[in-house]
Amino acid sequence: MRAPGDKSGLKAGDTLLAVENVSLTFGGVKAISEVSFDIRKGEIRAIIGPNGAGKTSMLNVVNGFYHPQHGRITYKGQTRARMKPYQAASQGIARTFQNVALFRGMSTLDNIMVGRTLKMHRGLFWQMLRFGPAMAEEIEHRRVVEDIIDFLQIEAIRKVPVGKLPYGLQKRVELGRALAMEPELLLLDEPMAGMNLEEKEDMCRYILDLNNQFGTTIALIEHDMGVVMDLSDRVVVLEYGHKIADGTPDVVKADAKVIDAYLGIERGVSGPSQESEAT
Amino acid sequence: MAQTSDLVRLDTFAKLLCEHARLRPDRAAMRHKDFGIWRTWTWREVAENVRAYAAGLQALGLTRGAKIAIIGANRPALYWSILAAQWLGAVPVPVYADAVADEMAYVLNHAEVTFAAVQDQEQVDKVLSVAEQVPLLSVVLYDEPRGLRDYDHTRLHRIESVIDNGRKLLAADAALAAAIDGERDRGGADDVSIILYTSGTTGRSKGVILSAGGSIAAARDTVGFDKLGERDEVLAYLPLAWVGDHYLNYAQALVAGFCVACPESIETAENDLQEIGPSFYFAPPRVFEALLTRVTIRMEDAGALKRRMFQYFIGVSRRWGEKILNGESVPLGGRLNYWLGNLLVYAPLKNVLGFSRIRVAYTAGEAIGPDLFSFYRSLGLNLKQLYGQTEAFLYVTAQPDGQIRADTVGPAVPNVDIRISESGEVLYRSPGQFIGYYKDTERTAEVMTEDGFIKTGDAGFFDEDGQLKIIDRAKDVGRLGSGALFAPKYIENKLKFYPNIKEAVAFGQGRDFVTCMLNIDLTAVGNWAERNNIPYASYQELAQHPRVYRMLGEHVAEANRGLASEPLMANAQIRRFLILHKELDADDGEMTRTQKVRRGFIAERYKPLIDALYDGSDAADIATEVTFEDGRKGVLAARVRIADAATQPVAAERVAA
Repeated sequence: MRAPGDKSGLKAGDTLLAVENVSLTFGGVKAISEVSFDIRKGEIRAIIGPNGAGKTSMLNVVNGFYHPQHGRITYKGQTRARMKPYQAASQGIARTFQNVALFRGMSTLDNIMVGRTLKMHRGLFWQMLRFGPAMAEEIEHRRVVEDIIDFLQIEAIRKVPVGKLPYGLQKRVELGRALAMEPELLLLDEPMAGMNLEEKEDMCRYILDLNNQFGTTIALIEHDMGVVMDLSDRVVVLEYGHKIADGTPDVVKADAKVIDAYLGIERGVSGPSQESEAT
Repeated sequence: MAQTSDLVRLDTFAKLLCEHARLRPDRAAMRHKDFGIWRTWTWREVAENVRAYAAGLQALGLTRGAKIAIIGANRPALYWSILAAQWLGAVPVPVYADAVADEMAYVLNHAEVTFAAVQDQEQVDKVLSVAEQVPLLSVVLYDEPRGLRDYDHTRLHRIESVIDNGRKLLAADAALAAAIDGERDRGGADDVSIILYTSGTTGRSKGVILSAGGSIAAARDTVGFDKLGERDEVLAYLPLAWVGDHYLNYAQALVAGFCVACPESIETAENDLQEIGPSFYFAPPRVFEALLTRVTIRMEDAGALKRRMFQYFIGVSRRWGEKILNGESVPLGGRLNYWLGNLLVYAPLKNVLGFSRIRVAYTAGEAIGPDLFSFYRSLGLNLKQLYGQTEAFLYVTAQPDGQIRADTVGPAVPNVDIRISESGEVLYRSPGQFIGYYKDTERTAEVMTEDGFIKTGDAGFFDEDGQLKIIDRAKDVGRLGSGALFAPKYIENKLKFYPNIKEAVAFGQGRDFVTCMLNIDLTAVGNWAERNNIPYASYQELAQHPRVYRMLGEHVAEANRGLASEPLMANAQIRRFLILHKELDADDGEMTRTQKVRRGFIAERYKPLIDALYDGSDAADIATEVTFEDGRKGVLAARVRIADAATQPVAAERVAA
């Protein structure tokens, strides 16, 4: 598979994406308040937190699906005001979803091919013919898709409608579709949710391989602490829309606030939530 | 035909390869599906690659007589590894790719391998993990580079780069090119061609040494027998280390010059079969069984019209199909109906299964259910049975076209002599027979008679048509406490013909009566449970479900009725049975790698269950250790129910009355 993206000219370790003081409200509900963090090129960045902490909202903000009321997002050095998801996609941000969002009636191959849409340039006229530049283009895309199928070891389900596949495989197909965009930044929303141990191990392998071999930057939300602590270079912890910790897995693990948030020792209802109720 | 006469004289596989490259340079020799596309190599390309590979291997230090392990799935690069090794006079030693590390270490060590050619990272890891126990191993070659980038490459080489290097060396140095060709020509009929380790129904595996001349002579006989030629094509999906693959897909291909296609992966083999449409096909009975089970399940889910049509025409084919295939006389109405059925059902079905172009198909290894056998034959598939073993380089007997029966394995193939010993054991002498077991003269002497026949260890007899009928392993045929004949495998096979029963193990040697352990078939029973709204959370729970017991109890009772009708077997009816809480598995040592049950081992491992079968209790506790593929172990505990089976009054009494 091709290594995506030195398009930006960034080196590993440079800031790829910076989120500064972002707040997002839905009516009176404050989903995210004043959160800042960054994602560096080439790292695996985990976003964790209890249910309702605003993790998925955060990803939605990053890929332009939600527009924060306050704060700035800088991606590859460009600060953006408003951006549509397709713009984010064309700039190299791909994602998978918490609940698998594939075209159930279409085959694995076609679903992954969908991920190439933005890279297809020929118009409707050529697309209708079985020869010519559109065909050549299609062959080129198919080659990329076959690389991905090989990478994810899903040859056997190439032509199976994804609706018929078990959940773990659907998740893998969804990852394949995101990879088809040759993303620079890959956002994974709970990639291992609902998987058994073996499927989780496979998925971890793929994430690590992606990161090691192709240098893809990955931001992931995950509830399995073992997975998060093993995979990620740095972890940001959210609770009730606030950032409560940020750092390497070891630092985060030892953080008193994080322990409280997860284990709920002594304090009961924590400070930040009272704040958010007050607003 | 001066050209073809050369093929008949050549005595090593490397020479055959070059001869095919001369005779049919542009015909396809190998195919492999990779990245979704079938890639094809012609005979000329294969010969060129193998020659360069041989040069590359020589540069790495592979010498005449050295052993090279071949580990992985069926891939061109691994077949070329075998060929390139033989070119240099080195000895390939294929090892089962799914062997656990410990087993692999034993074989690598015993065979004294210095080189290993493996498929991918998984196998590289496995080989490296046992490297300390295999001190002689100096070079590891791999086919797929994925994940291996960061490995220490001092002993590790990619096959592709070895070939490229060899090509450069050959181009640069004409003397070397001549020397490499000289190495090929030095090979002769008496060379050790390959060492195949048998899966070992009992104890540690043994290395069966086969000579180049013998292997080729045996393959020539069967190529002639089934009229195989350059236009044939096979899909190589059988384990590389098994004699069947080496014979059917390697030796026969190199003798007949047909094309070998390698599937994309084991999981896609079925799909690839459909795309390739082989003309020669081999599958063990369980594959045919699994296919039929799947077809049946899919037809049950199909619409009413399709289902009715399917059932009607399957009925027609059962009535006329085999007769038409055997060339017997069939009334015009039957022929017309069968023709229509072929148009509407059989041909599309065969197409879906990838059987459309099959001229000859074989099954062997286990007894095949008569219903199953005739189902495929009645569709017009020329399915036949053969009997063989690694020591014979596969074929001992095979059924000629038109003389097919489900319960026999056919007469001896050309140039094979068979005789039955006084104790009922089958003995044979064949052109392809082995030289001996590697480093084990004792056991070699055990299986050879003084006049050069080999003991198969199977009990059998010739029926009135001159076809061999195998009853069981000779040492397994025993007697009950009462002195009545007890042939466990015969009983087990009767049970295994039911789709719901995946495995059966019968006990009774020296006991008062026969009992058995069953494994449910998860596909069939799971589907049945779904249709009958029976919820279950695990294999274990389903296996112990009372209704499953009732259903399998009926199967056992029916098998008993069958046994009662045969005078020899009537006393060996099954009185009590149980359903095991786990599947019997080769990783736990309960089966061989070729899926044969190891009865003695099972008897030991499940002793509490066997005691319970005979002491009348209705349940027993069992805790067994299970081994995972990476070698870790876990314990599985369960309470297993034991049920009584309905038996028939013994025929002998009725005869007496």
